[in-house]
Amino acid sequence: MSPMFKRRVMPWLVTAAFFIIWEIVCVLLRVDSFILPRPTQIAASLVQHYPTILLNSVQTLYTTILGFIIAVGVGLFLGLLVGALPGVYAGVYPIMVGLNAVPKVAIVPILVIWFGIGTVPAVITAFVISFFPIMVNVATGLATIEPELRDVLRSLGAKRVQILRKVGVPRAMPYFFASLKVAVTLAFIGSIVAETVASDRGIGYLMISASARFDVALVFAGLLVVALMGIIMYELFAALERRVTFWATRGNELVT
Amino acid sequence: MGAEDSRYFVELRKASLEYQADGQPLLAIDDVSMSIRQGEFIAIVGPSGCGKSSLLKLVAGLHPAARGEVIVDGKAVAGPISICGMAFQNSTLLPWRTALENVLLPLEIVQPFARDFSRKRLEYAERARALLTEVGLVGFENKYPWELSGGMQQRASLCRSLIHDPRVLLLDEPFGALDAFTREDLWEVLQKLWMEKRPTVILVTHDLREAAYLADTIYVSSARPGRIVSCTRVEFARPRTLETTYLPQFMDIVHALRERIARH
Repeated sequence: MSPMFKRRVMPWLVTAAFFIIWEIVCVLLRVDSFILPRPTQIAASLVQHYPTILLNSVQTLYTTILGFIIAVGVGLFLGLLVGALPGVYAGVYPIMVGLNAVPKVAIVPILVIWFGIGTVPAVITAFVISFFPIMVNVATGLATIEPELRDVLRSLGAKRVQILRKVGVPRAMPYFFASLKVAVTLAFIGSIVAETVASDRGIGYLMISASARFDVALVFAGLLVVALMGIIMYELFAALERRVTFWATRGNELVT
Repeated sequence: MGAEDSRYFVELRKASLEYQADGQPLLAIDDVSMSIRQGEFIAIVGPSGCGKSSLLKLVAGLHPAARGEVIVDGKAVAGPISICGMAFQNSTLLPWRTALENVLLPLEIVQPFARDFSRKRLEYAERARALLTEVGLVGFENKYPWELSGGMQQRASLCRSLIHDPRVLLLDEPFGALDAFTREDLWEVLQKLWMEKRPTVILVTHDLREAAYLADTIYVSSARPGRIVSCTRVEFARPRTLETTYLPQFMDIVHALRERIARH
């Protein structure tokens, strides 16, 4: 088996095997579709509810991406600020860690009080949950410039801003792009959490209302769609990462 | 040279350097005096952790002297002097830049080059290419550092430290991580570059043969806190070759240095 074959074909094979085994186990053990629907039943539900699922997927994708874009902006800005100024880092550190430790589902009720139900809480939850890894990664990239490299630049008379521009920012880019693929999947989680608690549309809402009607196949169809959107976004940003910061993944010890 | 000869370009006058370690001042260099003529090549050898690297920071103005004075080009050093080039054991090349772009880095920062950088980019690139050619990196200008061997990276790093024609070149064990053959090749390269451009060089090294091959004057430093315990002139004619290193007089110098270090 060539490495190329392994990389290209194995993911499809394993995924297919996963669903086939799922199907077989359900049939053999006579699992009630009310407990765990078979993949074929989920597929049927997907086809049957196609228009509703599409509509709600678009809504979820929309809140996710909007929240994610804000997270990229805020995360990048705060990351640069915190990484460049150690004083700011020390100052905001406890608040940031505390904010990150709060389960995001706990803030949704507050957002509902402020903004009502619907799109806005979903966008904000997606943002809050996904900006943290971006900020931390960017700050880490900036703050871990090798002392010797800093000496080389300082000895040339480089100012702080120049060191940041010539070394800090390019060096932080692999960290930034690596965080994007994590952050975008987190943004999905944020959106869907908010939708399940306080919304009248979106995949999260669809799943909650389907489970209220005991339409378990539709719940699983929703899960499948979310997983699929997550995979696509993840791969999109992974590809972007490989393209933009190719230098970081080739025999270089800077980035893990 | 004559008059030039008597002029000291880098002077340390009873200079000491301290670091803060766990709130306690830690003396890295103690009461070091040194006078280096313009264009002179000196080497500092000594046991590990004797503050040799700290001495380079002192001269570069990256770390202030706790006591005493450091004078470069007639002026007391009070901050980064920006007329120096530096190279380290680790090549510290930027992995997102090609070899050529790495060599150009100082010209983007040091004046007057930086002012004209966008206008004179082609001219500067030509200059960087010429330097890379001189160290034997023809055809590797557009390679990234991670595509180069350790020796090649070090060659590029030398080019980067010299591109802006620094008056002082500070080298901190630049060949320490290379194999013996590559190291000897690079001695030759460095000697050639120095003879052409004639910067004042301070080389910190563990390798006594390296010091004797390259330097006009070798200072031996004691263990921490670093003090200068001896100063040896090396009089072999330039350019020195590998043959030089097999001369009995050369061996004598290396032996004497080794003994001097063992005693401290």
